[in-house]
Amino acid sequence: MDLLAEFSAPAQATRTEKLVVIGAGMASGRALEHIFEETPGRFEVTLFGSEPRGNYNRLMLSPVLGGEKEYEQIITHDTAWYERHGVKTRFGETITGIDRQRKVVISKAGETPYDRLIIATGSAPFIIPLPGKDLPGVMVFRDLDDVNAMVEAAQRPNPKAVVIGGGLLGLEAAAALRLRGMEVVVLHIMGHVMDRQLDPAAGYLLQRDLEKRGIKVHCTAQTKAILGENCVEAVALDDGTTYGADIVVMAAGIRPETRLAVDAGLHVERGIVVNDQMVTSDPDILALGECVEHERVVYGLVAPLYDQAKVLAKTLAKQDAAFRPVQTATQLKVTGVSVYSAGDFADAEDREEIVLRDAASGIYKRVVLKDNKILGAVLYGETGDGPWFYDMLRKGTDTTELRDTLIFGQAYQGGAALDPMAAVAALPDDAEICGCNGVCKGKITGAITGMGLTDLDRVRAHTKASASCGSCTHLVEKLMAITLGDAYNPAAVKPLCPCTDYDHGAVRRLIVAKGLKSIPEVMQELEWKTSCGCAKCRPALNYYLVAEWPGEYEDDGQSRFINERVHANIQKDGTYSVVPRMWGGMTNPKELRAIADVADKFNIPAVKVTGGQRIDLLGVKKEDLPGVWADLNAAGMMSGAAYAKGLRTVKTCVGSDWCRFGTQDSTGFGIRLEKYLWGAWTPAKLKLAVSGCPRNCAEATCKDIGVICIDSGYDIHFAGAAGLDIKGTELLGHADSEDEALEIIAALTQLYREQGYYLERIYKWAKRVGIDTIKAAVIEDGAKRKQLFDRFAYSQQFAQVDPWEERVNGKDAHEFAAMAEFGFPVAAE
Amino acid sequence: MTEWIELGPVAAVPRRGARCVTTPGGKIAVFRTAEDQIYAIENRCPHKGGPLAEGIVHGRHVTCPLHNWVFDLSTGEAQGADEGRVRTFPVRVENGLISIAPDVLMQIAAE
Ligand code: SRM
Ligand SMILES: Cc1cc2nc3c(=O)[nH]c(=O)nc-3n(C[C@H](O)[C@H](O)[C@H](O)COP(=O)(O)OP(=O)(O)OC[C@H]3O[C@@H](n4cnc5c(N)ncnc54)[C@H](O)[C@@H]3O)c2cc1C
Ligand code: SF4
Ligand code: FES
Repeated sequence: MDLLAEFSAPAQATRTEKLVVIGAGMASGRALEHIFEETPGRFEVTLFGSEPRGNYNRLMLSPVLGGEKEYEQIITHDTAWYERHGVKTRFGETITGIDRQRKVVISKAGETPYDRLIIATGSAPFIIPLPGKDLPGVMVFRDLDDVNAMVEAAQRPNPKAVVIGGGLLGLEAAAALRLRGMEVVVLHIMGHVMDRQLDPAAGYLLQRDLEKRGIKVHCTAQTKAILGENCVEAVALDDGTTYGADIVVMAAGIRPETRLAVDAGLHVERGIVVNDQMVTSDPDILALGECVEHERVVYGLVAPLYDQAKVLAKTLAKQDAAFRPVQTATQLKVTGVSVYSAGDFADAEDREEIVLRDAASGIYKRVVLKDNKILGAVLYGETGDGPWFYDMLRKGTDTTELRDTLIFGQAYQGGAALDPMAAVAALPDDAEICGCNGVCKGKITGAITGMGLTDLDRVRAHTKASASCGSCTHLVEKLMAITLGDAYNPAAVKPLCPCTDYDHGAVRRLIVAKGLKSIPEVMQELEWKTSCGCAKCRPALNYYLVAEWPGEYEDDGQSRFINERVHANIQKDGTYSVVPRMWGGMTNPKELRAIADVADKFNIPAVKVTGGQRIDLLGVKKEDLPGVWADLNAAGMMSGAAYAKGLRTVKTCVGSDWCRFGTQDSTGFGIRLEKYLWGAWTPAKLKLAVSGCPRNCAEATCKDIGVICIDSGYDIHFAGAAGLDIKGTELLGHADSEDEALEIIAALTQLYREQGYYLERIYKWAKRVGIDTIKAAVIEDGAKRKQLFDRFAYSQQFAQVDPWEERVNGKDAHEFAAMAEFGFPVAAE
Repeated sequence: MTEWIELGPVAAVPRRGARCVTTPGGKIAVFRTAEDQIYAIENRCPHKGGPLAEGIVHGRHVTCPLHNWVFDLSTGEAQGADEGRVRTFPVRVENGLISIAPDVLMQIAAE
């Protein structure tokens, strides 16, 4: 026996086996590396790939699309590598079938036998079955050919792209196409971008940053069709919007590519089912990558696939190894945008969240803990600590010790606990505190000691610090505390709710000063302490935004109390009451007949005359509401808003039309006022009355706004109360004509809309700001009154929509129908 | 094992909102949070029977529309000073579809 024979003996015992690999993607590339390490020379490998090229780094297609990288830079395995390991490459050849009996794979070129087979076919982009989906110009983003096609499209003059899908892939495509100079619109079906990886707060920040780059993001977009004659021309949405497009990129998700496995009769659910060893239901066939399903999970990121590759190589080497489910972490590869998300960050039982927001630098961090262990993390703006959190998450590290400073990141650990007071005290005298007015620390502390200032308002008055937008108020307060020591007694700020330290006034001021236009934006910029607010702050914020940005802000129904959401008053038994408007308390036989008919038709149990001069239908079932409204609408009646923090009623008396004492047409003016003011949202409900003479039969002197007609015109009263408190009105002023009275009343209403705190009735607001300041603005200063009036008139354009009619026509239909209905279950089921 | 009973797609329930499922034994309220967690609870407030599906949803909680009790959707426990508990039901979500354990419906029907 010669030496050589002795050495080759073991190799013969494990003769070379034929290993066929389907798919030359990221997972198979990594698996082959491990296989050649674990079992060099054991397998003779044939590698099939549909793409006319070898394995490359698919993740890096985004920078290639954006022109930041070349294809050559992202190749992971070159010809030399395949040669070195004796891999027979069959690129550009798609496998069309597997014959498990005869152990061959089938392609156009014929059959190739295998001893062991690896399926690594990845995923295929999901094409939404929209009309027009087959038009030339509809593209996907999966391989280099897709990238080349998009780059070519970007070379046209004024090129436009619509990307369907605001997930990771869609946003990377959008950013890259934008870099190529395209006009880009992203359509996303959910309420915020990257909803699978980010919570709404971080989604909002991301959208804002993308929009800064000139990418238009349209959320809650229901795409209806792709339009075009011979090629793509535009995309139409359900809401009527259309966006012009030269290309449409479908990035709406991926589907595991399982066709071969299904046809071959392997066990396939969502993906090809594999066990912990990466073996399919056929012991000779292994699978890995995006095409497989392990413990009901299909992965779409590479990290877990690399783990799978390791395990698969060990299995082929007959070594023990098991793939275990892993948490994944995601980063968006858009240059200049930092987002990081890992694990499970949803709110749930026994979980706690720690939120850190820094509005000035656009930072949002949220860590979700359970039993002191990190379950998930979302970071925006500053993501350097992502891997640190992720590491603790994977290891299940107990964070009890780090708890207080955890959210500040790794750099703070081990150091002294953070003391915000000490940080402010350490600032140099020339550090700028108030950015709006350019006031530095020295000036403020100097004024405090020099002039003996002890309250915030006086510091504001003397230094101007925090007198504009107010966002530095907390710094000024800390300076006062440091300078005055115990002598400082901060005015009790009553926070709006436990989600924030700001009071209503500060929130209103900051919404205007910083131009905040959505609830998530307010919560981020004002550093809300919860991710989603509460039942107290959300309705308030919704009102402030509605009042501040008419025509721009989109009302958030889910932040409204049920009555304002379904435009009826909920009753103790869960039924509703319906009150149609009766302008100025006037009605007629036609309206009364319609009300009677509706009561009969829908078996409404109670019909009552209200204290507000109209009729209440009580005990209507929720599902009957649209039907009741349709009939009332048909008779010319609309919602009386008996549920609204908004205009309710304008009570009138019969006035000069009939009454022997009447001085003016109180009924007519009341109707005119009601027609002018209806629909307006106000901080709390708003009730008016117009009496034809000082006998005051309409009880105008206990209303929010009351008018008493006299011979010489109209006395306008306001700030009365007749509910929880009883209070006679104050006289605001006199108007000579109806027109003037209307202008004053609208201006007063607008001032209240702009200054009132949510749920604060007019009399309380007036007490807080002072009757005189109100008089000055709406009576004495004609120019100011006119401006207030104009702002009110402008906002009414958007407010005067009958909510009943909208719902009769189908708006919010889900509110009025059950999601599912079940009878008695059938036993035989 | 019996099949779970499908209630409908996640998208049918508004975010930070709820929809009802009617059964012979009363209504079940199916909630969806801002983060797409789905919970099902009995649609009856233990205080005075308020329809919880009509409340404002915040985080993992709902505030009853009648007198503002707040409930944790996952445990059904009343929060803060209020004492009481609303029944919760197991649901699961797969491929965007919500389903409920079949025995729940049986049980409710039997009550
Ligand atoms: C229907 C009606 C009683 C009636 O049968 O006459 C009524 C019914 C309710 N009133 Fe009222 N108020 C009614 C006239 C009044 C009046 C008299 C008036 O408007 O001239 C007052 C005193 C004036 C005032 O507004 O202050 C009045 C002072 C209140 C108050 C105390 C408000 C306050 O700030 O002091 C509440 C509680 C609240 O709003 O928080 C209230 C709340 C309610 C609510 C909305 C209770 C609720 O939250 O569910 C009741 C709704 C029942 C329903 O479904 O219709 N209702 N309520 C009257 C409807 C008038 C209308 O046509 O729109
Ligand atoms: C643009 C882009 C950016 C991404 N960014 C990230 C990121 O930042 N982080 C991250 O973790 N993941 C990212 N991913 C996802 C990541 O690329 C995938 O998870 C990974 O590529 C999946 O590997 P795979 O081998 O299972 O499938 P693939 O890499 O898709 O490989 C499958 C291959 O099989 C071929 N094939 C399919 N069927 C057949 C057949 N019948 N015969 C022959 N060949 C066939 C396909 O043509 C394909 O080349 C990104 C994906 C894309 C498209
Ligand atoms: S008391 Fe009343 S009814 Fe009589 S005139 Fe004056 S306003 Fe008219
Ligand atoms: S019925 Fe729910 S709080 Fe009273």
